Amino acid sequence: MTTFVELLVNGISIGAVYALIALGFVIIFKATEVVNFAHASLLLAGGYLVARLWPLVGFWAALLIGVAAAALVAAAIEFLVIRRANVASHSVLAIVTIGVDIVITTELTRQIGTDVLAMGDPWGSEVVRFGGVTLAETRIVALVTAAALITVFLLAFKYTGWGVAMRAAAEDAETAALMGVRLGRVSMSAWAVAGGLAAVAALFLCVFPTPGLDRSTSLVALKAFPAAILGGLDSTTGALVGGLVIGVTESMMSGYQNDMAFLGRGIGDVAPFLVMLVILLIRPAGLFGTKELARV
Amino acid sequence: MYRYLAWTGVAAVLCLVPFYLDGFWLQTGLFAMSAAIGAIGINLLTGATGQLSMGHAFFLAVGAYAYVFFSAEPTARLGGLGLPTGLAAVLAVVVAGVAGGLFSPIAGRLKGAYLGIATFALIFGGQHVLFNAEHLTGGFNGRAVPELNLFGFSFGDTPELIVLQVPFGTLERLWFLGLALVALSMVFAQGVLKGRPGRAMNTIRDHEIAAGVMGVPVARYRAGVFVLSSMYGGLAGVLLALVFQRTVPEYFGVLLSLDYLAMIVIGGLGSVGGAVVGALFVSLLPQLLTKYSDSIPLVAAPGTPGGVSPAEAARILYGAAVVTVVLFLPGGLLGLIRKIRLRPPRLRLPLSSPSPSPETRSPHVP
Repeated sequence: MTTFVELLVNGISIGAVYALIALGFVIIFKATEVVNFAHASLLLAGGYLVARLWPLVGFWAALLIGVAAAALVAAAIEFLVIRRANVASHSVLAIVTIGVDIVITTELTRQIGTDVLAMGDPWGSEVVRFGGVTLAETRIVALVTAAALITVFLLAFKYTGWGVAMRAAAEDAETAALMGVRLGRVSMSAWAVAGGLAAVAALFLCVFPTPGLDRSTSLVALKAFPAAILGGLDSTTGALVGGLVIGVTESMMSGYQNDMAFLGRGIGDVAPFLVMLVILLIRPAGLFGTKELARV
Repeated sequence: MYRYLAWTGVAAVLCLVPFYLDGFWLQTGLFAMSAAIGAIGINLLTGATGQLSMGHAFFLAVGAYAYVFFSAEPTARLGGLGLPTGLAAVLAVVVAGVAGGLFSPIAGRLKGAYLGIATFALIFGGQHVLFNAEHLTGGFNGRAVPELNLFGFSFGDTPELIVLQVPFGTLERLWFLGLALVALSMVFAQGVLKGRPGRAMNTIRDHEIAAGVMGVPVARYRAGVFVLSSMYGGLAGVLLALVFQRTVPEYFGVLLSLDYLAMIVIGGLGSVGGAVVGALFVSLLPQLLTKYSDSIPLVAAPGTPGGVSPAEAARILYGAAVVTVVLFLPGGLLGLIRKIRLRPPRLRLPLSSPSPSPETRSPHVP
């Protein structure tokens, strides 16, 4: 039973981190209708800067710079590439982001080489015990931070002028522009926010119990894609639920993999994708996605 | 007439290649041929039908491993059926098609980039199986590939074969097989694109609702094209396995799928020629950089510390090429070639000028 609770809490915590990534992914999709395959590289960029800078300027300043830099890179992608690409179909824009991803990821993995970079976080490998349940401090911090960030974002999305502009633009870009919403700013800010969230997620993906940031971190980040799509690409609620589903599934499958040896080693890494397939079979638009309706 | 002459010339030059170039270039060329076949397949899906797929590498893996499994003699550790190798190659392509068909409930219903994310599952699931089903795949170390033997003619190093004083080994023999397969794949895909199915596919890409209204069974077409493209992937996988002579699971990862998408964007979306040009570009670039790494600034020889290795330089270059092409060269390299070749602009009939396709998700549908 304690194992189960431990796995569940760990799953929820890692799920909250996936939700952060998926949320950024969904924000970008809502604002610009682009499926951003470069998201993993934004995350890697943020994480890499934090890992490189903390010995020089201390952890908190490094984290701040990392988040800002990832936001800046994301905004630059929007400004230099997405805005200028004049293409008929959004699939092509998705492929452009793949091009961007190839460039950034290749350069960063080259810089990282075979190293495993520590994140220099103040929590280290401390654990906390509640009754018989042992939890890593980093996991609790991750859960709290992710929950706080998501709450702030959702409140801003609902109540601030920026949020209203964003929702209006997502609903009907042309009308929103006629009402005085500056679409360029809206989409650029969406990209920036998504980049920042990805950088925070990078931190928590690389702290204890993970050894650190290495070249496979961007592959770990890919697990947020199923999170976004199984919740529904255009739904912020979907991103949260999707993240949690993926996190808990992964944690449970890895935790009990000895009981499921017939499925092979490393089933925990594949499980998120299998869950996504099952959900897409039943609901092609995702759990909370709007089913596309068209009148002719 | 002019066209046929040009094609004959190209074919003649390609047939002469094995008599003059060494093994390194033959192998590079064969990789490019395999890539061309795979790229034609994914261009039918992504370029012509607008369905993004990240899972193309999975179908290459299915083709390669199915060929090995069907053709290899069973041993204590590894399974095999020991079928005639020609039959095994055909069956491998069929199996890749079946694998694509099994995915059709999803491939038919999801569109565009949604499908792209869903097909990540194929890659990760596929790699999991490749690493774990050791009896079939040999696990981490992979399996040796039996050489192909068609109607008594072996595509291996034995028996010795000397044509015009040039010893014909595996690579030289496979070169001609590869050329034939590429030509066949091109002709078939061209037929699909030029005919009724091609028009239906393009309509689905440009305006899904219009396609449905005009009587195109959208879901069935999407699923069908997915199957076709996976069979192309399977064929590419078989050729790749024959050239590599060993299949290793690591090769068939996300990066390979991304390479294929880069190929078709760089070459030109939606056309057979574009796929081939892009495949040549993406598969020759790293080899060229490796070969001439000494004389190119900023690129270091493989294994030396510091500097950018040729493989990385190639990746960065073609990643940038993808972005550049979409921003500045809609139509890809093939479009660029056509533009250069275009004679002074003639007056065109207004009918033939491409009209902008209406946005699929246009909010202005009355």
